[in-house]
Amino acid sequence: MSRRVTVNLGIPQAPREVTVVIPDDEPTPWQLGDRFTIVGVETPRVDGPAKATGTAHYTYDIALPGMLYGAIVRSPYPRAHVNSVDLSAAKRLAGVRAALQITDGEIRFAGQEVAAVAATSSDIAVDAIRLIKVDYQPMPFVVDMDSAAAAGAPSVFSGSNVGGAKTLSEGDVERGLSQAANRIEATYTTPVQTHVSLETHGAVAQFDGGALTVWCSTQGVFSVRDDLAVLFNLPPDKVRVISEYLGGGFGSKFGATPDIVIAARLAKESGAPVKLMLPRGDEHLATGNRPSSEQKVRMGADANGKLVAIDLAQRGSGGIGGGSGSSGPFKLVYPCPNVRTSETNVFMNTGPASPMRAPGWPQGTFALEMAMDEMARKAGIDRLEFRRANNTNPIRAIELELGARAFGWTQDSASKKSAGPVRRGTGVACAAWHALGASGPEALAIAHRDGRVEIRCGTQDIGTGTRTALAVVAAEELGLPIAQIATEIGDTRYPFSLPSGGSMSSPSNTPAIRQAAAHLKDKLFKIAAPMLGAEPADLEARDGVIRVRFDPSRKVAFIDLCRRIPGDSISAGGDRIPNYASYRPDQAGCQFAEVEVDTETGVVRVKRVVAVHDAGTIIDPLTSRSQINGGVLMGIGFALFEDRRMDPNLGLMMNPTMDDYKMVGSLDVPQIDVMFLDVMNGGTNTGVLGIGEVAHVASAAAVACAVSDAVGAPVRELPLTPDKILAALGHG
Amino acid sequence: MKSKSGKDKGSAKLPLSRRSFLKGAALTSAGAVAAVATLGHLAHADASASPLPAGVAEQLGPGPVDIELKINGASHHLAVEPRVTLVRALREHLGMTGTKLVCDRGSCGACTVHLDGQPVTACMMLAVDGRGHEITTIEGLGNPDRMHRVQDAFVHTDAMQCGFCTPGMVMSIAAALEQNSTADLGAIRNSVAGNICRCGTYPHVFAAALKVARANRGAKGSA
Repeated sequence: MSRRVTVNLGIPQAPREVTVVIPDDEPTPWQLGDRFTIVGVETPRVDGPAKATGTAHYTYDIALPGMLYGAIVRSPYPRAHVNSVDLSAAKRLAGVRAALQITDGEIRFAGQEVAAVAATSSDIAVDAIRLIKVDYQPMPFVVDMDSAAAAGAPSVFSGSNVGGAKTLSEGDVERGLSQAANRIEATYTTPVQTHVSLETHGAVAQFDGGALTVWCSTQGVFSVRDDLAVLFNLPPDKVRVISEYLGGGFGSKFGATPDIVIAARLAKESGAPVKLMLPRGDEHLATGNRPSSEQKVRMGADANGKLVAIDLAQRGSGGIGGGSGSSGPFKLVYPCPNVRTSETNVFMNTGPASPMRAPGWPQGTFALEMAMDEMARKAGIDRLEFRRANNTNPIRAIELELGARAFGWTQDSASKKSAGPVRRGTGVACAAWHALGASGPEALAIAHRDGRVEIRCGTQDIGTGTRTALAVVAAEELGLPIAQIATEIGDTRYPFSLPSGGSMSSPSNTPAIRQAAAHLKDKLFKIAAPMLGAEPADLEARDGVIRVRFDPSRKVAFIDLCRRIPGDSISAGGDRIPNYASYRPDQAGCQFAEVEVDTETGVVRVKRVVAVHDAGTIIDPLTSRSQINGGVLMGIGFALFEDRRMDPNLGLMMNPTMDDYKMVGSLDVPQIDVMFLDVMNGGTNTGVLGIGEVAHVASAAAVACAVSDAVGAPVRELPLTPDKILAALGHG
Repeated sequence: MKSKSGKDKGSAKLPLSRRSFLKGAALTSAGAVAAVATLGHLAHADASASPLPAGVAEQLGPGPVDIELKINGASHHLAVEPRVTLVRALREHLGMTGTKLVCDRGSCGACTVHLDGQPVTACMMLAVDGRGHEITTIEGLGNPDRMHRVQDAFVHTDAMQCGFCTPGMVMSIAAALEQNSTADLGAIRNSVAGNICRCGTYPHVFAAALKVARANRGAKGSA
């Protein structure tokens, strides 16, 4: 049974009525004009005290009675055949309880898992892996993209290392280019970036009878459960996966990664619980990375400054993994009649790529926005004006306006020239993402006789504040203070949810939570109605009190109502139904950056960033701002510092540490002004959009555009290290 | 810049075989130095240790050594191999898991604890070198029911995302404000220059510290 509802969506300046057909038990979607009690209010995250006091329990902190410590032997060769693995000396070492050979075939990258041990202490485990003798037959390898793509290069798998190009075309790019009043052509490159989650990958695994319990640092407890069930031939209900807290993931922690599988194998072999957390170096080598890119861009614009052709020829390498494409922004951000994108993946003997915060988009946006700047300069148009002229998204138009005003955007002018060695530059870049979430998640809401409300959902909080967002939505629906809501997540014993990735968590989970809370409220209203002499439909819940709408003097406190619950508790479930019609199918954003470039040293400092974003209903501006700050800062790292360096002679990563792999630190942080454009987007009963990725898409691009502006010439290769700046200045 | 040195207060450093455990440590960005046993330690060595002539290093290990550590005001007895770092002793031997191990080479600050009131990276110090010192960990600063002012400010400014760097950040900020209760933004930035946050939460960490510093300034002004 369903009903037809018309809701008022969008922004107050441009509202739009949208009619949707939703199931009877789906709450009416939040819309413009709704008054909220806690949604949209700055709410400190509910697990803040646990995190600030060190009492939050991460996988790394799990200790079980009789627990062993695991360690992994990794290949020191980028390509080799493993002739033999001798575990005998390791097995004889006092304290060693299990030793396993992990691979007997070909090694394809330095850092690949070869063998593993479990011992009674972490020190003994490290001693033991040194006693494992592996006979390697080293083989020819390739660790740079040019060599890997060359004819006759050693094959990473079999045949050519160059994957089939994926080409998409709209209109006629060559014709568009030939008719353009202005054309540019340039090649932009980005390095391999590693995730560097502060909590490394790892797990604690325990077999008990026929059941496997795994605590692991994962972005998807259910995806790990399903993988392990297959690998260990267990029914899914015999595998329990728990991730109460995790120290970052950024896309690298989906499914049963090798660390988790090896921990479980060691636990099975030893008959004891095994904890296996990767050392820092392994994290850089083997747990994923953002692939490199080399993007040749051709662009044409007509005499009025309208884009008439965009052509991208891209190749990239994610080592032994694929998915290096970067065409997303080229097809979406600046609509153009003639667009062609071609993506090619090159395999080489380095660790596998994995999704990383807006996969492909920071690379693509860097190339696209640098090209936009080069085009604007060639056409003699202000860079911001050029973007406005080619933007068709009404939300982004407003964001560009707001951002320009807050940033104080001026035409390239004399104010940037300075007599001293330090030059100022500005840049602007646009972001887009699709973060409407998906159906699948379920939730359970439970009211206890003592007035506590529990929300259960098998999602994870990777640091974005998911736990808090769910609690806010439940508190809003039930009219309770957030302190009365306990959110239980990160366990496959809770109702199903999706992995936390693709900016999917809040938009996918909050509608299920709201539905569950609404169903719970219905049940409570049925108990309250006879007490108040009213129909359930006449009741409302606010400020911890259930009232009769038309006679607020007839009321009962939520906590008193809960005392009438028969038994100990009353519960209700909620489903996340598929997305229905929304205001927009995508989300926009833009970021402005100001940098200073020291022309004597080549050092770049980012002074200020203005970030303007929409994310549907902003549940908690405080934690949302944290995510934007984080996206911007990770983008500054990508623009200026981060670079996985390979030694071409040995095939080894030269900087697998947190000092040699340089990331943004406190001294690199600019002033960041975050602005949210409140868009009531609909599509679900909460209208929430994810924000973790769109926050990061444009950051490196805005910084790079600002650096090129300061230098006075495009610097097309990330990271923008001093040597490249000096070379661009002619001091190379 | 923050100095996150281990125990190195002018006493002569003596070569010890176990120092090889920390080889490579000289490359750390936080400026930590390998802590080695010094004559200054002997006063705190366990009772069974015989007095050594001047210039001769204390010999420990390689097996487990009984030591006493004073942590958060309480005395803890444990047996650790001399190669065990303070952070591992806290986490794996004493179950104090609030202190995080992240880089294991003094470059990220996640394992920051206070040694006699000074911030040090507990991954760059051996547990045996903690003898005779007052060690304060994140657990000693406050708990969820009674948070330290810095912890409370972290919560209310949302100075955390995944939370894994947070204990180290809190310890660095708390030490900085202990030394300079009205620290300005520049001093606060410097105090966490050795703490890496991959989620990029620095702006809110600064806000948390400035919130406490402002309150301190107000209190001073009215006093």
